[in-house]
Amino acid sequence: MDAHEALVAADRCYFCHDAPCITACPTDIDIPLFIRQIATGTPDAAAKTILSQNIMGGMCARVCPTETLCEEACVRELAEGKPVKIGQLQRYATDHLQEQGIHPFRRAEATGKTVAVVGAGPAGLSCAHRLAMLGHDVTVYDALPKPGGLNEYGIAAYKTPEGFAQAEVDWLLKIGGITLEHGEALGRDVTLEQLKGDFDAVFLGMGLGGVNALAVEGGDKDGVLNAVDFIADLRQASDMGALPVGRDVVVIGGGMTAVDAAVQSKLLGALNVTLAYRRGRDRMNASVFEQDLAASKGVRIMTHVVPRAVHGNGAVREIEFEYVNDDMTGTGEMVRIPADQVLRAIGQTLEGDALPNLEGGKIAVSGAGRTSINGVWAGGDCAAGGDDLTVTAVAEGRDAAMDIHASLTA
Amino acid sequence: MANLQSDFVGIKSPNPFWLASAPPTDKEYNVRRAFEAGWGGVVWKTLGSEGPPVVNVNGPRYGAIYGADRRLLGLNNIELITDRDLYTNLEEIKRVKADYPDRAMIVSIMVPCEEEAWKAILPLVEDTGADGIELNFGCPHGMSERGMGSAVGQVPEYIEMVTRWCKQYYSKPVIVKLTPNITDIRKPAAAAKAGGADAVSLINTINSITSVNLDTMSPEPSIDGKGSHGGYCGPAVKPIAMSMVSEIARNPETHGLPISGIGGITTWRDAAEFITLGCGNVQVCTAAMTYGFKVVQEMISGLSDWMDEKGHASIDDFKGAAVPNVTDWQYLNLNYVAKAKINQDLCISCGRCFAACEDTSHQAISMSDDRVFEVIDEECVACNLCVNVCPVENCITMEPMAVGDTDPRTGKVVEPDYANWTTHPNNPAATAAE
Repeated sequence: MDAHEALVAADRCYFCHDAPCITACPTDIDIPLFIRQIATGTPDAAAKTILSQNIMGGMCARVCPTETLCEEACVRELAEGKPVKIGQLQRYATDHLQEQGIHPFRRAEATGKTVAVVGAGPAGLSCAHRLAMLGHDVTVYDALPKPGGLNEYGIAAYKTPEGFAQAEVDWLLKIGGITLEHGEALGRDVTLEQLKGDFDAVFLGMGLGGVNALAVEGGDKDGVLNAVDFIADLRQASDMGALPVGRDVVVIGGGMTAVDAAVQSKLLGALNVTLAYRRGRDRMNASVFEQDLAASKGVRIMTHVVPRAVHGNGAVREIEFEYVNDDMTGTGEMVRIPADQVLRAIGQTLEGDALPNLEGGKIAVSGAGRTSINGVWAGGDCAAGGDDLTVTAVAEGRDAAMDIHASLTA
Repeated sequence: MANLQSDFVGIKSPNPFWLASAPPTDKEYNVRRAFEAGWGGVVWKTLGSEGPPVVNVNGPRYGAIYGADRRLLGLNNIELITDRDLYTNLEEIKRVKADYPDRAMIVSIMVPCEEEAWKAILPLVEDTGADGIELNFGCPHGMSERGMGSAVGQVPEYIEMVTRWCKQYYSKPVIVKLTPNITDIRKPAAAAKAGGADAVSLINTINSITSVNLDTMSPEPSIDGKGSHGGYCGPAVKPIAMSMVSEIARNPETHGLPISGIGGITTWRDAAEFITLGCGNVQVCTAAMTYGFKVVQEMISGLSDWMDEKGHASIDDFKGAAVPNVTDWQYLNLNYVAKAKINQDLCISCGRCFAACEDTSHQAISMSDDRVFEVIDEECVACNLCVNVCPVENCITMEPMAVGDTDPRTGKVVEPDYANWTTHPNNPAATAAE
């Protein structure tokens, strides 16, 4: 969206009272205010409005399913079926500021307090930035060689090209007061006990390291991969053309990762890409927009199918599904489709021990991310509750930071 | 099919839409295009005295203000009268009029306030065969510094004097164009009538600065870092123009004086409104300068369709129809009680009515947790602000209360009789009703 398009789009905002789009935004960005700031020729002020609520407003403008959040709530969606282009306007404003290298926030006077943050993904970095801004010294531990978490390793390349994830992290760190420790995994290189002893507070914002296995006959054959690993390899590849991609790719799952993997496979040259989901389209976690995007790229979407067997002599050649009813009972009707690459996107799990109490496999939290252990907070994918969205992770990291701050300065 | 034929002080045109004296009517090329597009008449851009032509600035002449989506709402200009040779203009006027005998051709004139100057130019204009003249007593910029334009229009005695000269030395209709840059429009209109004017036209443009460049501190339009007030026109001035037109139409001294309405007319509806306030025809400039001459086609079809719908056979059928309803505040019926009503089927829940009422008015709209907005009749004074800020047309309406019902705000029964301020008990000067 260029400056002219932004002005035209901004003029459509009604500046609603107590606007529904704000309510729909997990980070409560004051959307009517930032759009009015764009409309009046002050995009950098707009960016500051966005970033003061959501420090990763740039990435969220790229990956948020706005069609199910702010733009779905827009009154012009109700009035005309055409919401204000909130996501694109947010991207216009945040890019305008960040491309100038401006970091609009300053650190408060040093408090002398220290906080450890585990995970340099959206939750961890959001928490770290807010704490640093409030005057605390933050050390961020991450198991991987680069910061960014799923922004760097887990989101399709076409959504965030040109190294945006790293550029955003670099920009975010300009606040100062944040030290990054790479290659430091919780439970392997550092323990929660150590962090608790060395810091005044700990925030756990790591990702879900485990991928659910494909528990069917032949599910361990060559060519059966984790969709998250496929995307991580792709994101880190210097030459996408050299990436191995199948001729007949089958992605199993119905969420954003499944769509990302399917669309990426198609973009990389796979001849046939099938997205296989066990329920109906309306139950898919991927939004209608994402489903349509997949369809427009030539991805075939199969629903009400459950994998029963993977066939092939060492490597996968075919995958066999059974059609199921809404209640997951089998119909007995089977279908085999060719596959030389199967990508599993059927959910991830939290790994590690000596963690705070869990709930449904994730860290149980109350209030603003408080865990069962005093002095330890959690947010993002590793914490129970909330949608598995970048924007939700940012909100949880930010809110935990405010609670940590309150507790450290009480 | 309604007859749009217009007969304004004996000047006939196929429709009541004339182009006002302005850049669009400065030369033959433009005027021919206008007539081909369907305009009923033109007022040729103002001619000055014989001699070296006036000069214009060589930088920006126009400034603008905008609404949403950069829609032009107001335009101002610092352009002077025609900067082309007098005789070139006269020849072109004569040629175009000969080729378009059914269209109205009016010549705007601005020469010094000296009898000789008028005596010199009027026979030249008469010779063109044009249908009438319009005296430019309105332009507020440039020429006014030389004692012409609005400098004349601001002195009723000058208006009367010059008008009289024109009636003496010119045989066809004389229209006096008035400046709005005065305190009481009735005075110059009465002076024109006293001088024998066949009609007045109004409004000319309003003194204005459209914006200031915050980098250079220069008003816009900026000429080498300096700006001068220009004449303001366009949709934004329509309410001012209509008020002035109505004052002349309802003033006993000038009632019945033919009026050519000017000021922000952009659509057929604007034109119809001016006519209901007493105008015999209308003049348009900014709409043409914004969208091109083709806009007249919408004006023609729209006015014609509306006249058919209302059963008006000709312009005269509704000319001045709204004038009797323009009154003084003191005569408004204080027994009329209305309440705002929100149509929940049309409401899109933007909440602007709530913000406006809660923050700036009477706290008469409630908001539920699920964003249902409803009028609280106990608080509503029917101010209309909610209607004005609502983005959906007809979603909020003002509903009059029935006679005999009790207004929950005041606890008083709605009276059947008309009663105004002049008889109101709170008015110290009230005359007791007998």
